[in-house]
Amino acid sequence: MSAEWVTKTAQNMDQFYFSMRDKLIHFISLVGDMTLFGYDSLKLLAAQPYRYGEVLKHMEFIGNQSMGIIALTSVFTGLALSFQVYLGFKLVNAVNLVGPTVALGITRELGPVLTGLIVAARAGGAMAARLGTMRVNEQMDALDVMGINTKQYLIAPRIIAAIICMPLLTALFDFMAMVGCWFLCIHIVGLDSAIFFEKISQTVEVYHINEGLFKGAIFGLMFSVVCTYKGFHTTGGAKGVGEATNRGVVISMVSIIIIDYFLMNIIRIYYLVSGIGR
Amino acid sequence: MVNTYKGQFSIELTELKKSFDNGKDFILKGLNLKIPRGSLTAIIGFSGTGKSVMLKHILGLYKPTSGRVEILGQDLSQLNENDLTKFRCNYGVLFQSAALFDDMTVLENVCFPLEEHRRHLKKEQVIQIAFNKLNMVGLESKHFEKLPSQISGGMQKRTGLARALALDPEILIYDEPTTGLDPILTEMVDNLILETHKLNQGTTSVMVSHDLAAAFRIADFIVMLDAGKVLLSGTAQDFFKSDIELVKRFVDKGMKH
Repeated sequence: MSAEWVTKTAQNMDQFYFSMRDKLIHFISLVGDMTLFGYDSLKLLAAQPYRYGEVLKHMEFIGNQSMGIIALTSVFTGLALSFQVYLGFKLVNAVNLVGPTVALGITRELGPVLTGLIVAARAGGAMAARLGTMRVNEQMDALDVMGINTKQYLIAPRIIAAIICMPLLTALFDFMAMVGCWFLCIHIVGLDSAIFFEKISQTVEVYHINEGLFKGAIFGLMFSVVCTYKGFHTTGGAKGVGEATNRGVVISMVSIIIIDYFLMNIIRIYYLVSGIGR
Repeated sequence: MVNTYKGQFSIELTELKKSFDNGKDFILKGLNLKIPRGSLTAIIGFSGTGKSVMLKHILGLYKPTSGRVEILGQDLSQLNENDLTKFRCNYGVLFQSAALFDDMTVLENVCFPLEEHRRHLKKEQVIQIAFNKLNMVGLESKHFEKLPSQISGGMQKRTGLARALALDPEILIYDEPTTGLDPILTEMVDNLILETHKLNQGTTSVMVSHDLAAAFRIADFIVMLDAGKVLLSGTAQDFFKSDIELVKRFVDKGMKH
């Protein structure tokens, strides 16, 4: 082991350490920036002039226009998941538990997560692209010099609309996925309808559904803050708009999956502390 | 037109300095400028001399590293973010790209600032004011219901100007209004600026431009920036008579184009 090799290795380790440190600092400051951005924007929702009309307009876009795609994907998710569970449970002679297993999985996990991912890709991407285009085309500057608070006018209504719409879309996903599950169990593999519903009603509680709806609202907050932040801070023309959209959607989707795990644990702890589900 | 400010100068910049890298390099290096109320002032200069940065200070979009920005007698540094937002109602800005809201029609674009800041007005009154402003800039009513993407560049500029005029601003700013336009459209926009200024007596108009010929033709006060400072300010005659080498070069090149 020569002295030169040791020096070079030490330098490489130094470089690696500093690069990781810079990335960590950048990540923490980005999360901090986004949090403040979301907080500042939502705070303005309570200030006059009220932007209820804008909130409704964005709810129509995020909620109403996402219903078709959510309904379609959820039915097929329900069908596919039910069939896989059926194949597994058949091995242990427990096919009557397919309904409740799928119901729990859908309402608590897959419903909010898949709804979050789909809506983040569709509405979040559109948000980032729209705001980015407004930024590079000077439309945001125009709003600024017109004396209009851009965060209040453009950001807050989008975030609040996403928070309101996501639980509703999650509920739609849950329902349609269970329609898919019911169709497969009753009409394709021939399980008994009465047992199917009885087992589900014995197992699934209202708080399971609420857990998913709550997660949906959190995912709505997350993707809307991330995507509006990226769009709002777009620089560099058409290329910048593309990058902002891409990063907004990717960060939102990855965050939804990661945060879901931590959220699940926090909810478990809440159940333990409050005695729910005992 | 309602002009309430009666001071001698609408815009006063004193020892204005701006650095984006904690004082290592200054874009504006102690800029002093006074723009008389009611004048049509052209700000000219080579690229990178600080025109846009200066403009953003006037609009309150940038905070100076040091120095003072006084608009209509109000020191902008004394205003908090909310007050500054409200204060910006005193400005009307025509952007280089017109910056029209692409999801609104021509008429809606002009109505928008009125709906935001003149909430006591009825819908019909707002539309009437918007009609008047669009007529003032010479846009035909058959285009009022079209989207910005459905009208020509010249019409977009006219709409942008009508929108800038909607709130009867004290200060009207034209940010490179003719950059990238063909000669015929350039002349049309220049004439539009001149006519608008004549029609709105008392309004201070500031035009940031590379177009020296237009500046000499329509402006009554010209300011040339160089390296973050005012190199020369005065009338067109002052520029033609100037002995400053850079001014001579700029005038020679500018008048040839």
